[in-house]
Amino acid sequence: MALGMKDLMAMRAAEEMWDGAVVNLGFGIPQRIASFVSSELTIFTHAENGVLGAGARAEIGKEDKDLIDAGGEPITVIPGASFFDSADSFALIRSGKIDISFLGALEISETGDLANWMIPGGSIPGMGGAMDLARHAKKVIVLTTHTNKRGEPKLKKCCDLPLTATSCVSRIITDIAVIEVTPDGFLLTEMFDGHDVREVLEKTDAALKIADNIRIIQY
Amino acid sequence: MTELTNKFDKIKTVEEAMSHIVDGMTIMVAGFVGVGSSYRLLSEILEKNVKDLTLISVDAGDPIVGPNHIIKNGQVKKLITSHIGASTATKELYNAGKLEIEFSPQGTLAERIRAGGVGIPGFLTELGMGTTVEEGKQKVVLNSKEYLLETALRADVAIILAQKADEFGNLVFSKTARGLNPLMARAADITIVDAKEIVPIGDIDPELVITPGVYVDIIVQGGSDWPWPWE
Repeated sequence: MALGMKDLMAMRAAEEMWDGAVVNLGFGIPQRIASFVSSELTIFTHAENGVLGAGARAEIGKEDKDLIDAGGEPITVIPGASFFDSADSFALIRSGKIDISFLGALEISETGDLANWMIPGGSIPGMGGAMDLARHAKKVIVLTTHTNKRGEPKLKKCCDLPLTATSCVSRIITDIAVIEVTPDGFLLTEMFDGHDVREVLEKTDAALKIADNIRIIQY
Repeated sequence: MTELTNKFDKIKTVEEAMSHIVDGMTIMVAGFVGVGSSYRLLSEILEKNVKDLTLISVDAGDPIVGPNHIIKNGQVKKLITSHIGASTATKELYNAGKLEIEFSPQGTLAERIRAGGVGIPGFLTELGMGTTVEEGKQKVVLNSKEYLLETALRADVAIILAQKADEFGNLVFSKTARGLNPLMARAADITIVDAKEIVPIGDIDPELVITPGVYVDIIVQGGSDWPWPWE
């Protein structure tokens, strides 16, 4: 299978994992991460509809109507999994038990504000569990294209869209680079092979500091 | 095998259960995109065509499953939910101004229902501060930090789906079909359970009971189910 850019982003995100990590994989590109986690690691994937230890998608013909993930897909569970009600599921989030929440984004500000749940005048789907995850996970890593469909930067000085949560994002994995959100703003630390600093600067609508040793990501 | 005695008079026909659902009520319907929702009771609510409902549900379902049908049928005047993205009908009614929606973040919604079921009128949370969620809500300072005051939710009727119920109403759920079911079962004046299986008292190991029977008023025998997208 040829790997697309979204898969490469998911591979980079999978590097964040460790044995026993408790993670939540949001809708969109984050859902691909599980496929790239080393089989030597046991990751406890939380699905906010009430399971810790979500496994791979159920095989065709072996789906269980009572077992889905937060995206509505039929799943399996791994050994060590647990089921719980919705209050417990969000108690787990609110009390800081999610090590990493991987989320998508519409906009991210240089102070780590995240907008990912609605576009005024457009469709209003509702925030689901995104606000809870963005606010309360120990670490929020965003996976997103660097620019939107109109080619406009998603990394900005301030978000214009309604916020999901303030000052919550710590790292951004885009289709061209990896950027840290630091107390001094955005810091470019890694780039995917084939991209350069000038391109990242052009596509970022905020001040961007450049790390001394930029990793070029090659898989 | 022990026979059902119905000595607590909780096992009812669907018709008897439906007699408690009338126009203008607030109802809670559990389930997450239909998983954990009672197809049978929602079908009956659609059939009975009760109107002006306030519906509390984590989502609006999708075009096939969950509460989508009763919303589409114009039976709901207000929806308290966290997500409507999978229900085209709900989005259209909302955009046309024909449906009032109160959005609550999913964890806040769950906790509001939990609070309603445990006798707590509200709770403080930092969630939603700095977002549209804080609009119109009272703020409270506690230990020098500002919080939003979120209010408890209760309903006239809760529609619950259980994997198994005994005659007293002790309930066991299945996997991710648990969701809001145990929380809503405690947060309504009348709790109606669609049980896939009804068993005599004593058949469920007390260690495995998730919802004690004291919260359950009516039990109906479960029926058929929605077709699922992957079928």
